Amino acid sequence: MKPAFNEMLNPDGSVRAVYSDLEAWLKSTPPEVLDVRRREADLMFRRLGITFAVYGEGGDTERLIPFDIVPRVLTMAEWRRLSDGLIQRVRALNAFLFDVYHAQEIVRAGRVPESSILLNEQFRLEMHGFDPPGGLYNHVSGIDVVRVGEDEFYVLEDNIRVPSGVSYMLEDREIMMRLFPELFAAHRVAPIDRYPEELLRTLQSIAPAVDVPTVVVLTPGAFNSAYFEHSFLAEHMGVELVEGRDLFVSEGYVYMRTPEGPKRVDVIYRRIDDDFLDPLAFNPDSVLGIPGLFSVYRMGNVSLANAVGTGVADDKSIYPYVPEMIRFYLGEEPLLKNVPTYTCRNEEDRKYVLDHLDELVVKEVHGSGGYGMLIGPTSTADQIEAFRDRLTARPELFIAQPTLALSTSPTFVEQGIAPRHVDLRPFVLLGADCVRLVPGAFTRVALREGSLVVNSSQGGGTKDTWVLEDDRPC
Amino acid sequence: MQFRVEHDTVYSYGETALYSAQYLRLTPRHHDHQDVWGWSVKSNVPLVSFADAFGNVVHVLTLAARHREIRVNVRGNATTRDTHGILPVEPEPFPPAVYLRATGYTEVDEALKDFTEDHRAVVGRNTIGGLHGLMAAIGERVSYEIGVTHVRTTASQAFVEGSGVCQDHAHIFIACCRQLGIPARYVSGYLWVNPDDNDYDANHAWAEAFVPDLGWISFDVANRMSATDAYLRVAMGLDYSGAAPLLGIRRGGGDEKMDVRVRVSQFDTRREARVHARDQQ
Amino acid sequence: MLSRTADSLFWLARYLERAENVARMLDVTYRMSLMPQMDGLHSSDWSSALLAAGQKAPFDLRYDEANARNVIQFLVLDAENPSSIRTCIRKARENARELPGAVTTEMWESVNDTWFAIGDLEYTDVSRNGFHKFFDLVQGRAHLFRGVTYGTMLQDDAYQFLRLGWFLERADNTARILDVNYHALLPTGGPVADTVDYHRWAALLRSVSAFKAYRRLYRQAIVPHGVAEFLMLCEDMPRSLHACYREIDSGFACLRSAYRSDLECYRLGGEIYARLKYGRIDDIFRRGLHDFLAQLVRDNETLGAEIAHDFLMEA
Repeated sequence: MKPAFNEMLNPDGSVRAVYSDLEAWLKSTPPEVLDVRRREADLMFRRLGITFAVYGEGGDTERLIPFDIVPRVLTMAEWRRLSDGLIQRVRALNAFLFDVYHAQEIVRAGRVPESSILLNEQFRLEMHGFDPPGGLYNHVSGIDVVRVGEDEFYVLEDNIRVPSGVSYMLEDREIMMRLFPELFAAHRVAPIDRYPEELLRTLQSIAPAVDVPTVVVLTPGAFNSAYFEHSFLAEHMGVELVEGRDLFVSEGYVYMRTPEGPKRVDVIYRRIDDDFLDPLAFNPDSVLGIPGLFSVYRMGNVSLANAVGTGVADDKSIYPYVPEMIRFYLGEEPLLKNVPTYTCRNEEDRKYVLDHLDELVVKEVHGSGGYGMLIGPTSTADQIEAFRDRLTARPELFIAQPTLALSTSPTFVEQGIAPRHVDLRPFVLLGADCVRLVPGAFTRVALREGSLVVNSSQGGGTKDTWVLEDDRPC
Repeated sequence: MQFRVEHDTVYSYGETALYSAQYLRLTPRHHDHQDVWGWSVKSNVPLVSFADAFGNVVHVLTLAARHREIRVNVRGNATTRDTHGILPVEPEPFPPAVYLRATGYTEVDEALKDFTEDHRAVVGRNTIGGLHGLMAAIGERVSYEIGVTHVRTTASQAFVEGSGVCQDHAHIFIACCRQLGIPARYVSGYLWVNPDDNDYDANHAWAEAFVPDLGWISFDVANRMSATDAYLRVAMGLDYSGAAPLLGIRRGGGDEKMDVRVRVSQFDTRREARVHARDQQ
Repeated sequence: MLSRTADSLFWLARYLERAENVARMLDVTYRMSLMPQMDGLHSSDWSSALLAAGQKAPFDLRYDEANARNVIQFLVLDAENPSSIRTCIRKARENARELPGAVTTEMWESVNDTWFAIGDLEYTDVSRNGFHKFFDLVQGRAHLFRGVTYGTMLQDDAYQFLRLGWFLERADNTARILDVNYHALLPTGGPVADTVDYHRWAALLRSVSAFKAYRRLYRQAIVPHGVAEFLMLCEDMPRSLHACYREIDSGFACLRSAYRSDLECYRLGGEIYARLKYGRIDDIFRRGLHDFLAQLVRDNETLGAEIAHDFLMEA
């Protein structure tokens, strides 16, 4: 494994241009001052949490995710290359979804095996033959990207069901601007605060034909770990935050229950999983959903974002085919790399994986949150052997990838400023009118030294992500 | 065979119900072997309809006002032709492999798996003969009895019980087929029964299995036969949940009383032919 | 605004009002119980407290004797009693929590602080400093919440749902305690009972903060007839049925101008209001006070159901 790319320092110890001002500031600021600011940040998060409906104990467990006060910095040129690749990928995923739920040309062409779609749990038969507004499925995509070199970005995972994290992107920026106005004066950081507005426009663009579409955010409720984000987005878009029980179906339309009487709803930004949307069409035990919702959706009288059934495109078993999708649907070469992936279901791949467990990362096909995975290089022999048994028993549940050296970014830890591994989750908005992307992302950082796991459930933190405008005054 | 279907359902509630929603799959489609005319689904509640991914016509019943009763009335006529249990070839929404998907209703436990494996060799040698054998074996093992199982009973549960209704029979058959790698699906419909024979409900369900070179073949475990011209095919899906005639949910209402009357009657061909002609004018 | 928001506002107010009413009633019951015992009436004070709270049956299921300790445990602290003060405050807080946009920070803090002040109290905590102090605390918290609401909340349609919740709950409480006390007095008579009666009616007036006001307004002895009139028909007395329904009717008037105007709850509210506004105490007594109050409690409940149906999240 080659050494991780340090985003601030070159191998010879010199500072990369994009970090020069930040590095100077870090050097000139005593650790005690940074520590005071860090505490202030914590306090601010708590207070913000309170203004954002979290209200007391319980609800703010999410907010306890540690925040690192050192921003992670990208140049505009880097961002442009990255965003071109993201847009390309998101378009290809959308084309794939349309195809999967219509003629399945890609299967006929032999580029993706039929069984990996037809027998995929995430393939929603109910969506077959249905044209969602604008032919769009993944209106909101959160693509996990890691950097391994100066100009080398890999996509680790496509999240196009109900991706979360964008509220951290926005809040981390808000806190940074309050804490370090002097840094913003010295840097030309591209603004990201228009994200809620862009999201609203995207949602409006897929509305059924009405004069002024009514948009709502549908949440599972206050007990959900992402409830904070749901209420944050609803508030910043200026739309109602609803639960399933606030909505009902009547004569082919969806209505919201208000004291004034039923109010028609046109677009639902739903933050609940497919299975729970409509107990008459999907999981009959769902109490979160709206009976009959799916019929209204199929009739075209309400739009859902994201569409039902997007999971078939971001499934780990489908991931290896994304580059092929880009070639097949767009006739282009992928701009962002896919991590080589071994599908343990295939005998040849499985043999390789079992022989190289100490080098590979092995993940569950349906897993998430960094659970149930093996990181070969950092695991003990016992852990590897235990995993070998699991893998041998149910190989179809696993995929494996080479361990990537995630890039590092300077991070304020107990010992002072030190490099820690980071990933990046930018959000792409695909509307019927255009693609929208704000120059920023949700950066997760593995706070433990040497750790490659950035998931918040496994000791990860967050950072503000800066994209610096080109014409920066020196 | 020509027959007329009259199917009335009345739900009455012990207390005032506040909201009701139902998906009704009660409208048969035309196939080469079944001609449908004068078909209507009516209710005291407004209905809208759409076609689901399997091509089934779904009426959606919603009532967002206080109510104590819901009525659904189906009337219609059909002419059917005996095709020896083979569904005439027509455009299908999905390739057969889709019908290998496991569902909640058709998951197999160890007992059902063992039972199925006994048939693997025979089915491997002669698919159609093997499946008829499987159908007979299920019929033998699981007797037709009302009241032991309920609408949420799975194939494995009914198999353990050793008794069930046509829904359970169909689920067990489908589960076994999928376990053997044979695509299979659930069909709901109407069955004309000889007026002297009161054993069976005219509301019926059976299974279809895909046999290469032949196509979709029907298997009615409850009656241990393939569908004849006494069968009217209405809706199909992976299991009951995708083909159920009535599937509903409500708020309030207390105890529900459901009164169902189904009449499937053969009628005078000549007289109805005139009616048919008039319908078409 | 969502119906769920209106629902939470309505119940936030109802639960806080209910907690206050239970505290008021127990406070007076406790004082009564400290008086010299007469004819074994001592223990029936605690029973009538249960009756007035509509809690006699559930209490009997779980406790043997209606003594101070058991009744206070049940009506104040019992987490399993859906109407105990503790449960009411907890539910009030849960409802407020659903309302980030609709209640002000000050309102939230008031409810939240109340929960932290009494949420984990034990019986010994309540008895140690004297029950009166505890009941005072609960009433004080309720006053504070009302004051904060008047002082900080926008008086739009959302506010009307709080108002409906308050006064519907209060009307229910006033009607019940009047009915129960009147009932309890009927079988007694004679010179000894007169003294008891006096204390009982005085206590009833105190429980609705109306003792002094009654004296000032009526300038006569405390007689059942007068107390009933005061608590039912006096418009100026803030806990009278008449005043409650004036507020309810006025709340409806605000909603009617903003929403649909042809709802059953408006009509029923108006009908009850008219009964109280134009009713005469002599007529009510002639036809039977108990019947009148029982009907009012029923109508009040029906009105609650109609409000739920027309505006809120009907269960």
